[in-house]
Amino acid sequence: MTDGDDNIRRSPRSIDVKDITLENVRAGKITPEDLTIRRTTLLHQAGVADQEGYPQLARNFRRAAELTALPNDVLLGTYEKLRPYRATYFELLALSQEIAARYDAPETGDYIRQAAEAYRDKGLLKPE
Amino acid sequence: MTGSKRFAKRAERAVNKDTFVQEDASLGLVVMDSPNDPKPSIRIDKGRIVEIDGCDQENFDTIDRYIARYAINAEAAVEAMATDSLVLARMLVDINVPRHKLMWLMSGCTPAKLCEIVSHLNVVEMMMAMQKMRARQSPGNQAHVTNWKENPVLMAADAAEGALRGFDELETTCRVARVAPFNSLALLVGSQTPHGGVLTQCAVEEGLNLRLGLKGLTSYAETLSVYGTDEALRDGDDTPWSKGLLASAYASRGIKIRFTSGTGAETLMGYEQGKSMLYLEARCLLLVKGSGAQGVQNGSISCIALPSALPGGVRAVLAENLIAASLGLEVASGNDAMSSHSDMRKAAKLMLQFLPGTDFITSGYSSMPRKDNMFGGGNFDSDDMDDWLVIQRDMQVDAGMEPVTEEAVLDVRRKAGKALQAVFGELGFPPVSDQEVEAAATAYCSDDMPDRDLVEDIAAAGAFLDGPLTALDVISALDRRGFEDIAANILGMQRVRVSGDYLQPAAVLNRHFEAQSAFTDRNQYQGPGTGFRLKGAALAKLSAIPQARTAAEMVPASAGRAGVTLKSIGGPGPGTARDVVIALGPAFAAELDTTLCGLSHGEVLKALTAGIESKAMHARVVKFFHTADCGMLGFEGAKISGSGIAIGLQSKGTAVIQRKGLAPLNNLELFSQAPLLSREAYFQIGANAASHAMRSPPSPVPVKVDNMARLRLIVQAMLMHKREIASIVPAKSPSEMQVIHD
Repeated sequence: MTDGDDNIRRSPRSIDVKDITLENVRAGKITPEDLTIRRTTLLHQAGVADQEGYPQLARNFRRAAELTALPNDVLLGTYEKLRPYRATYFELLALSQEIAARYDAPETGDYIRQAAEAYRDKGLLKPE
Repeated sequence: MTGSKRFAKRAERAVNKDTFVQEDASLGLVVMDSPNDPKPSIRIDKGRIVEIDGCDQENFDTIDRYIARYAINAEAAVEAMATDSLVLARMLVDINVPRHKLMWLMSGCTPAKLCEIVSHLNVVEMMMAMQKMRARQSPGNQAHVTNWKENPVLMAADAAEGALRGFDELETTCRVARVAPFNSLALLVGSQTPHGGVLTQCAVEEGLNLRLGLKGLTSYAETLSVYGTDEALRDGDDTPWSKGLLASAYASRGIKIRFTSGTGAETLMGYEQGKSMLYLEARCLLLVKGSGAQGVQNGSISCIALPSALPGGVRAVLAENLIAASLGLEVASGNDAMSSHSDMRKAAKLMLQFLPGTDFITSGYSSMPRKDNMFGGGNFDSDDMDDWLVIQRDMQVDAGMEPVTEEAVLDVRRKAGKALQAVFGELGFPPVSDQEVEAAATAYCSDDMPDRDLVEDIAAAGAFLDGPLTALDVISALDRRGFEDIAANILGMQRVRVSGDYLQPAAVLNRHFEAQSAFTDRNQYQGPGTGFRLKGAALAKLSAIPQARTAAEMVPASAGRAGVTLKSIGGPGPGTARDVVIALGPAFAAELDTTLCGLSHGEVLKALTAGIESKAMHARVVKFFHTADCGMLGFEGAKISGSGIAIGLQSKGTAVIQRKGLAPLNNLELFSQAPLLSREAYFQIGANAASHAMRSPPSPVPVKVDNMARLRLIVQAMLMHKREIASIVPAKSPSEMQVIHD
């Protein structure tokens, strides 16, 4: 992925949904980054899901909210590391801590740590 | 031994090209209730699930571990696992138990418990349960849009037609992965051409998939496959955790996802552990739920031929759809891959999802001919669309497709082609010619498209993917070239991505870009009068297939085409012993002029007369005005016939030979199926009437055997008879007619 894409994820700017109009596109007031979903939006959707009795969906949205902060290459790299036999136990723990700390993503960090433990118990780690 | 010719004929039938195999649990050839399936059980220790279906946590595989941790609600499990499965099965079909109550109970069930519950249900009960448990109240449908040539213009045209026909989601894929950006773009532009709000996806590898979504070219993905055993999952190079992270990754980019699973996959991969297909699917579904995905496409999907080869396979497929829905998951319910050689068997299977309604009746209706289906799908394709629409009209069921006119289809296909031409032109992609646009508008399949330079397209598609252009540039390009409406629709799709509403369970967008989901269009079915009801304008729309004509259009016009003029010469006289009366109905050669077999009234009269005269008898033509009934025409005609014999003849061509003194319905010969008659038949009817008059034996009348005639002509017959009845003048006496042929 390009650096340009990475910057999209890091942008703090937020546009009101109702301002996403053809007029504003013509006036050059809309950038690609305005058309990405926000952390707060996903947290809001998580709240709705919880209220509706969908706790797993809510948890997914909370992880997704955290993942908005990850650049695409980091995001895809994290997925790759979670595939079978890709990482050692300590690599996964390190990844868990890095994601949690660097991107303010405690739920995702926790999820990766649980994966590390499961992989250790079930022989899904990269042989050291 | 001489074989039965009937068995030989049946052996050639399409259904006998299908494969059927007997159950063998040791090979995983069992759809439900394998002797190797565990019995339901759960043990909860301090709020943690420490045993599932007889397996202690020390022996959990990764899937058990994942669903114990994330999927099964320990609080609900206490109640659900303690409730008899038969009681829960009855609750599924009980209209007094609402969906949310069942969703709570099901959230506490283990895989074996879920299987035990549905195993109590027959298919009708499963359909009743599906009607209630489906996430979104309004059913929907998804279509495949692909073509073998990877022609983007044809793809845009097919997408536009798919949207016009009312599909909620359109998915494409590609033969050559590098062309994916163009396929996604063409699908997007086409999908937003007739109206906005159709979700689109391009099924490719996850990394590329995410990039396409990020550019704003796609809005959903269903490439996330899961399997019900650790070995099969690992074969797919994933774990429950990696798939779960992927679900979150897509959501973080505002892309809707659903997982893919289905009965038979593990068996096909050789890793089913002798368990039943449904049990393994139940594990998949809990894995899907645990990951937080909003939904799943299941219903065996591409493995359908495997469960279908086994007893109960089609029932098991509905059972897996139902389990998914009961867990609160959106369900795209299969019916995409080829399920049978037999149209009858395919249609019967389809009804299990079609009638109760699912979130998407098919996981991909092939919107183009099967040969262009790059998913290997096409169980139902563009050739089958009218059948689908007629079945909807018959059953008064919305199965997610709307009737359209040819004119409207050509318009949107052409417009989509021109819009894509404009985008390619504005963004500097390889040009689209007017000839391509026109070919795409009228094409049957990709054979009808001129060849494009695929190498050039792939290079441009690659540059598009790697470069800075996004959907925003597509919007501006369309706007600059006068496609303001399509530009606004594509912008609408970007806007909803920002709001995230279509990430909700079972979400589709209506034409105002509002999400219709399990949250906003809750399924509130609780028996007759509740839930989704097809009525009003929606019902009228589905009923109005273009083939349906008005009654006025169906009766042939009468003006001057009877081929004969009848002139009254006064009341009927006494006649002679050599007379045979032809007793005509009141509309004959007047309000009507042609019979159901296509002969003009003049031709019929000529043939009857010639037949009568062939026996040296004389034909007298008398028209009656007080009755339209064939038996009565014969009866009245016979009364005034000098020979005592008459031929009663309705204007639609139904004829009877009658003798004076017999009761109206006790006639000599009746020819009740007018469409089966012919000039030769009328000649013989005339000749037989004369023979009856001469008391000599009649000969058989050559009547065609055509069992489809009634099917074809019943409405017309009824309308013609109505017109004859309308021509009745009760007080008017019969007239002797002079016959003047044109």
